Amino acid sequence: MTVMPNPTAFAGCDDTSVLKERGQREVFCGLTSIIWLHRKMPDAFFLVIGSRTCAHLLQSAAGVMIFAEPRFATAILEETDLAGLADAQNELDRVVGELLNRRPDIRRLFLVGSCPSEVIKLDLQCAAERLTTKHAPHVRVLNYSGSGIETTFTQGEDACLAAMVSVLPESQNQQLLLVGALPEVVEEQAVSLLSAMGIEPVRVLPAPRADEDFGIGENTFFALTQPFLGDTHAALTRRGAHHIAAPFPFGEKGTTAWLQAIANVFKVADSRFKSVTEVPRARARKAISQAADVLAGKSVFLFPDSQLEIPLARFLTVECGMTAIEVGTPYLHRGLVEQDLEFLPTSTTISEGQDVDQQLDRCRQSRPDLTVCGLGLANPLEAEGLITKWAIELVFSPIHFYEQAGDLAGLFSRPLRRSERLKLAAVS
Amino acid sequence: MKLAVWTYEGPPHVGAMRVATGMTGLHYVLHAPQGDTYADLLFTMIERRNHRPPVTFTTFQAADLGADTASLFKQACQNAYERFRPEAMIVGASCTAELIQDDPGGLAETMGLPIPTVALELPSYQRKENFGADETFYQIVRTLAKPTTKTTKVTANLIGPTALGFRHRDDISEVIALLDDMGIGVNVVAPMTASPDDIGRLSAAHFNVLMYPETAQSAARWMEREWGMAYTKTVPIGVGATRDFVAEVANIAERKPYLDESRLRLPWYSQSVDSNYLTGKRVFIFGDGTHVRAAARIARDEIGFEVVGVGCYNREQARGVRTLAKQYGVEALITDDYLEVERILANLEPELILGTQMERHIGKRLGIPCTVISAPVHVQDFPARYSPQMGIEGANVIFDTWVHPLVMGLEEHLLTMFRDDFEFHDEAGPSHHGVAHQTQSPTERRSDTDVIWLPAAQAELKKIPFFVRGKARRNTEVFASERGMAEISVDTLYEAKAHYAR
Repeated sequence: MTVMPNPTAFAGCDDTSVLKERGQREVFCGLTSIIWLHRKMPDAFFLVIGSRTCAHLLQSAAGVMIFAEPRFATAILEETDLAGLADAQNELDRVVGELLNRRPDIRRLFLVGSCPSEVIKLDLQCAAERLTTKHAPHVRVLNYSGSGIETTFTQGEDACLAAMVSVLPESQNQQLLLVGALPEVVEEQAVSLLSAMGIEPVRVLPAPRADEDFGIGENTFFALTQPFLGDTHAALTRRGAHHIAAPFPFGEKGTTAWLQAIANVFKVADSRFKSVTEVPRARARKAISQAADVLAGKSVFLFPDSQLEIPLARFLTVECGMTAIEVGTPYLHRGLVEQDLEFLPTSTTISEGQDVDQQLDRCRQSRPDLTVCGLGLANPLEAEGLITKWAIELVFSPIHFYEQAGDLAGLFSRPLRRSERLKLAAVS
Repeated sequence: MKLAVWTYEGPPHVGAMRVATGMTGLHYVLHAPQGDTYADLLFTMIERRNHRPPVTFTTFQAADLGADTASLFKQACQNAYERFRPEAMIVGASCTAELIQDDPGGLAETMGLPIPTVALELPSYQRKENFGADETFYQIVRTLAKPTTKTTKVTANLIGPTALGFRHRDDISEVIALLDDMGIGVNVVAPMTASPDDIGRLSAAHFNVLMYPETAQSAARWMEREWGMAYTKTVPIGVGATRDFVAEVANIAERKPYLDESRLRLPWYSQSVDSNYLTGKRVFIFGDGTHVRAAARIARDEIGFEVVGVGCYNREQARGVRTLAKQYGVEALITDDYLEVERILANLEPELILGTQMERHIGKRLGIPCTVISAPVHVQDFPARYSPQMGIEGANVIFDTWVHPLVMGLEEHLLTMFRDDFEFHDEAGPSHHGVAHQTQSPTERRSDTDVIWLPAAQAELKKIPFFVRGKARRNTEVFASERGMAEISVDTLYEAKAHYAR
């Protein structure tokens, strides 16, 4: 069954055709992913061991402070902590003790490393082990690094999930594991499609609550819902689980190909696959065509941001008829995005890393119809007459699978529609 | 280690960015890890700036730490110079770069760039954003300002306004107008709008108007010491303060005080009968020291509120705010712990909060109206319309924005008269706000005391309009517990009402 058109000739298959740049990177650090991770895990607390800058980042990137006492905070390192490291471990015990006292609802505590804690080599692994013993069995303490020197934006989620994999128990049961933090409504849609095909049980990582943890082992097959989960992929593979390679489930075609890859592994009959997917596929196609009419024939330039860029460029070109001028990504996990990458034409520049000033020069020169970029660049580019789409919405909004395919196209078409709509000149 | 949930101030290098972004022809090369570029969006999104802040981040990564971050910094400096051709450069380190001790100032000096370079030492683990802005501006002035001859006309510098400041953009216009009315010209406005060249000729002015001590106190003191330039101590926010400011300027400039009050509406609006209902409304004031001091005077003396608490988050201004609190007979709350501010607010139950964006969030949760009077700010604090805080128009704007979240006078009157009316019930909140902003009814809040409300008293309490219900509940409980009463009856409620009548 062909669910995707044949890949066009792709010249990006060898490293030489990827533009690799090194310069100023206009990206968030991995701490930023705490903003969606803590919503996904209602019994988890994320404690960043860092500086005032880390606290300020979390507050600014979250935009509004909706929560009185959110389930994340920063233990701000002070001059005294920097003086002696033994001190810092004691201080950490004290802060964690206070925190868990105040929040008895917390079952999972993540100690999140930052740039300063990594530079002073504060051993959070050791702290997590010590604190787990101390607060067992009620609270499990894990650690990972979301520092900017090691992680970019969504890589924070990757590091967090990889840390969670390391403590999952062993299990030989056959199961499907969906990996990646998705909004609940979206996750339920995926699980219900897969259940309708007779695939059971379906587990999700991260599990919303600590007591919903499950075992993994050689009979675990896992599908990634996000393209930035390289370390988690490696951790699962080390535990004997098998990756189901597929394009990422964006749009009608991406979702179908992703489901098909899973269906193949679980030997779902073609007829059953068809009967489960037929209706939502048609709905997704219709929704995309309605939202995407203004996208067809337009050009797009993607700045590196969330690592979603390659799969999204596949969606925009293959399903919405756009031309991708440049697709930038902080890191190119070729092994994970290969099946999306092969649909991008040779004329598209794939760039990895960033030198933001040079990339801005290329963007200005190519005058794309739509530029997908971070919040630091959007207004300045709008002021230069380029229409932009904030990349961060692509991380915070439900965009996966059939029922969100139209919304996904709509996120890109709205800025174009808006610019057509605004008329400020005198009529006469 | 200090546990922080939300912070009032960013790190000091964000203060330096506010100075650099306000200026023209200046570039900031910041030694910082990948991720610190988030700070750009404060300016491009919150302030809707149409250009990127003039900041180059070295964005080093873990791999660079083992190699040579120092040459990475020098390369970034060189590239920034060639691309942006600034007239002057400031260089410094963010918190992480401070730890790796590359000495950006020393490195930049060895490069022999043909422009002045100002090295910043901002201790990230001790100080915060306002200190960063003040110190950066001071270092820029110290390095670039030169003695010159005075302008023939009497002129002043306006110092203090920065990018991302609360209403700085419009305050500048207002203060320029105040000075112009007295025949005093403006030599330089800095940091906002100034180029390094402008900084060079600061000494040509006859005196300085220190608009915001938070960001320009050190520079003002230095200019006074170096060149004997006086600077104004009054910040012209509010009617009385604006009049004092005019008198102070007249004194410094040796000319007659003059204030055009033809557009001043606050005094009449405050006197008009609709404002009767503002009398004694309990307000809590929190923000930066300068705005809090100004707001307290306006609240008590110009609008007739009762100030039930004041505080500031910037310790540099703690002394002034403590003195103020003493004058107003309240406790000063000097803290940057957001949860502590929330606790105090929940306890005091004021009828209006004059605060920052942080208190706006607290107010939303507690069902207490809030008007923002100070940074930290959000996108709605940069309105499209002219909206200063200083001078004549600033006073008018303040009257409108402080009164707006409250129920209008005539409406309060009607609600009191018809409180049981089925169409006029008060749960809907002020009629000029689409949605009721009561998230938690004060009657449903748990009492802090052990006093028990009898059902009849509870029902009577509900008949009291929502905007005074919290106060009534609190007063009654205090009244009862002071008298050792275990229960509150309808009588207790009315005895307390009579006791607190004014």
